[in-house]
Amino acid sequence: MSIEWETVIGLEIHAQLATRSKIFSGSSTAYGATPNVQANLVDLGYPGVLPVLNREAVRMAVRFGLAIGARIARRSIFARKNYFYPDLPKGYQISQYEQPIVEGGSVEIWLPDGARRIGITRAHLEEDAGKSLHEGLGKQSGIDLNRAGTPLLEIVSEPDMRSAREAIAYMKKIHTLVRYLEICDGNMQEGSFRCDANVSVRHKGRHEYGTRCEIKNLNSFRFVERAINYEVARQIEMLEGGGSVVQETRLFDSDRNETRPMRSKEEANDYRYFPDPDLLPLSLDEEFIEQIRSALPELPDQKAVRFAHDHGLSGYDAGVLTASRDLADYYEAVVALLGDEAKLAANWVMGDLSGFLNRDNLEIGQSPVGAKQLAGLLARIVDNTISGKIAKEVFEAMWEDRSDADAIIEAKGLRQITDTSAIERVITEVMTANPAQLADYRSGKDKLFGFFVGQVMKASGGKANPAQVNELLRKMLAG
Amino acid sequence: MTLTRRDVEGIAMLARLEISEAELPVYAISLSRIVGFFDQLSAAATEGVEPMAHPLENQVQALRDDQITESDQRDRYQGNAPLVAAGLYLVPKVIE
Amino acid sequence: MTAAEIGRGLRAGKFTSIEVTRHFLERIDHAGKQLNAFITVTPERAMADAKRADARIARGEGGPLTGVPLAHKDIFCTEGVLTSCGSRMLSNFVSPYDATVVERLAVAGMVMLGKTNMDEFAMGSSNETSWYGPVRNPWDGSKVPGGSSGGSAAAVAARLAPVATGTDTGGSIRQPGALTGLTGFKPTYGRVSRYGMVAFASSLDQAGVLAQSAEDAALVLGLMAGHDARDSTSVAVPVPDYAAGLGRSMKGLRIGVIREFFGEGLEEGTGRAVRTALEGFSAMGATIVELSLPNLPLSVPTYYVVAPAECSSNLSRFDGVRFGHRCKDPRDLLDMYKRSRGEGFGAEVKRRIMTGTYVLSAGYYDAYYLKAQKVRSLINEDFRRAFSEVDVLMGPTTPTPAFAIGAKVDDPITMYLNDIYTIGANLAGLPAVSVPCGLVDGLPVGLQIIGPHFAEERLLAAAHAWQLMTDWHRRLPPLFA
Repeated sequence: MSIEWETVIGLEIHAQLATRSKIFSGSSTAYGATPNVQANLVDLGYPGVLPVLNREAVRMAVRFGLAIGARIARRSIFARKNYFYPDLPKGYQISQYEQPIVEGGSVEIWLPDGARRIGITRAHLEEDAGKSLHEGLGKQSGIDLNRAGTPLLEIVSEPDMRSAREAIAYMKKIHTLVRYLEICDGNMQEGSFRCDANVSVRHKGRHEYGTRCEIKNLNSFRFVERAINYEVARQIEMLEGGGSVVQETRLFDSDRNETRPMRSKEEANDYRYFPDPDLLPLSLDEEFIEQIRSALPELPDQKAVRFAHDHGLSGYDAGVLTASRDLADYYEAVVALLGDEAKLAANWVMGDLSGFLNRDNLEIGQSPVGAKQLAGLLARIVDNTISGKIAKEVFEAMWEDRSDADAIIEAKGLRQITDTSAIERVITEVMTANPAQLADYRSGKDKLFGFFVGQVMKASGGKANPAQVNELLRKMLAG
Repeated sequence: MTLTRRDVEGIAMLARLEISEAELPVYAISLSRIVGFFDQLSAAATEGVEPMAHPLENQVQALRDDQITESDQRDRYQGNAPLVAAGLYLVPKVIE
Repeated sequence: MTAAEIGRGLRAGKFTSIEVTRHFLERIDHAGKQLNAFITVTPERAMADAKRADARIARGEGGPLTGVPLAHKDIFCTEGVLTSCGSRMLSNFVSPYDATVVERLAVAGMVMLGKTNMDEFAMGSSNETSWYGPVRNPWDGSKVPGGSSGGSAAAVAARLAPVATGTDTGGSIRQPGALTGLTGFKPTYGRVSRYGMVAFASSLDQAGVLAQSAEDAALVLGLMAGHDARDSTSVAVPVPDYAAGLGRSMKGLRIGVIREFFGEGLEEGTGRAVRTALEGFSAMGATIVELSLPNLPLSVPTYYVVAPAECSSNLSRFDGVRFGHRCKDPRDLLDMYKRSRGEGFGAEVKRRIMTGTYVLSAGYYDAYYLKAQKVRSLINEDFRRAFSEVDVLMGPTTPTPAFAIGAKVDDPITMYLNDIYTIGANLAGLPAVSVPCGLVDGLPVGLQIIGPHFAEERLLAAAHAWQLMTDWHRRLPPLFA
């Protein structure tokens, strides 16, 4: 009898907060600068310098906390996490340990088999480290400290996820949320949003957790999925082979598609956390918190409920359309311009528009077809100027040359034929050209009706109004 | 409380300090004495007492406006660095 | 001449800052090597500062100390000048910026003569742990000047500088002040910015002054003190005119005498001098109350847990990557860390880093670090209770006069016990001053006055009143008279 295994996953997501300056210094946080030009004395950990906390970073952490229904600590403490690493200038990272700024809270994720709520243990403020570069430096590594001191919100989940798919859904949910809140740009390639995954397995039905491994620094949804799946298989194989899982920190190698132990973490860590004496307790009053609460935007879940309720969309559609604030805004703008027709707008936004964006690797904000243009196109479907099929052709043209639907319809002569006599003329031509089929139809082969519709549409260049074609054709074929 | 050579080795490793073979027992003795000296703290009745991390009671953290106040001073700062190339601080290869 | 007197002379046109500066630079040149009081002398900078100061004075600008020379403890970052902190680790470190204290005193027109020797990273009570060698006590060259601000103390005591900055983490201004016959003032924690002061123990470090008189201390403190946005722990309490408050009467001042400070270990002559001083205050109309701070005897072990814990973390930035000493030809990263730090730090600093690492490490944090922070609360509470009954506390600054160089270097506990009377004020963040109150076998001893938070004016007034009725602060070491 084979044992059924259950996977247990918890994620620690690191979101770089979108402040202009660093969490404890006035250096720029802009990405991509020449090495070390954005590392000032505080970021470099020079002797004698001291940290001063950035108000905006605090505000952003509170925004997140309020959005997930967490407790906002009225008093939180900064601590030092001590370890040596070349990209950690002071030999300690300023973080929060015993009293984080955000505690508790949860988010809901949508899966094919329904919704699940994932608990969030805590979210705390800390500073990012610099980067070690290894290419082209021989036996040396180069240290770039531009990133050192960038504010991070570390969001720690409960071990509530049971599969890589759930972990991805959760991570995407947080990704959506931080961008809605405008506290993180979510750019995973630039490392603005990344995570560590704690993975363990246990016999299904067991209560206690298995020994976990922590996989560090996963910076794409795909890597999270692959790393977790690899790690789960590795742990199960190990346990089924009579071995045991060693608690350790592992690194995901995306080229080899496997995880391996991190050399630098082999030695047992003892971070010697203690309250940072250079920083005083962070105290937040009600007014500060209320101000942030009152300025919160509509959150994705609230928006999805509204879309489902007011627009009659399915839960799935509402979820897709609210996955990013920009996409939701685009969709809403189209609906507003059209006046109604939410379903039509939703289908186009999720279908053709999203397809083209994906194909060209564009963000919604970069779409060559704006909300106004798309609404213009859909209005022509609604008023029967063009058919849905022709609309796809028009859309493609709009995408290429960024012009309006009406201009393309005119220029290409795609306006739908609704003139009865013109359609009748085409039908007559088709009947004359296909005498055998006509005879068969009239002798009872009803199925040939479709053949005639096709021929008429073809002869009209697809422009004949399909409803009228049906009606007239039925009449004329009958003789 | 007596610290052994191995204890000292472990602490020195955490603190990244090279301690020679000859110095190990010397530090073991002096650290043992120092830690032994701390044992008198255990006599103090501290139940329910809040630890004091700061002499400034009732003072809270001031917050800074989110403004960029620093400009590029890399060359000046790297004047103190033992080894740099192409604007990077160089160290023996980091193995992750 | 005191700093205040030099300032008055400059403004009266009796001499110029250039003349005064040259005078002190010559004294440093003659006696400096013998005492080893300075790590760096900055004559060009000093003459340039003096020239600017003379111009300001000629225009009728500047304040009471414009044009007055001073020396900075080598723990303060000074732009373009070696800032070694008494360590091999920073023996090649030229600071790219000025500490707030340095900047403020420069803006006030004071003239920087150089940087004074100190215990390595301010860890020591005898100035014997410096990479640059021990400092000698001007009163007796075979004796220590105290530490960690030993160079500043020796420099002012021998009149190589009229006044000097220092820092006090566990007594490092008051103890050398007492052992060299100076007024050593440590302000309330947060009163003076720590920005640019190389950190030893961040919750205890505080900058202050080693001066010839309470008046000098008041003037310099007035320039140093005040809120600094770059130091989150600096306090936004207005800075009073300390010099203006010096004349206050001692009548009705309630003085608490800490019973625990007069027990075993207090050298007889020192105790006698302090008791005589108390009688003096009584004669000026103060009332003397004896009281007990029962947890104070635990201040030494408490301090030697907390300070090393903080130092072990503060000194992690010295890793040979961005500044400071790096070992030759490291085999790998770990070797670079271990040897750079092993070579860069001296024995006492390593001992404290290891002590601190130990008390913070898993399994020991609660028993040592957390316990010590709780005992610190108890000690703080003792002080609070005392200050509900009295205005100031008085007692000896040190248990004995200056001891011989080499006498205690091999025994850390005995060395640590030197700080037994001074550490309490650091743990509670209180202002405290040591004033000369006698000579024991030709060596100075100090009276310590401790006040509640932000009672600097009260302490300075008491010190000043004492100096109006005595001349201990005017005595010079015979060799430097």
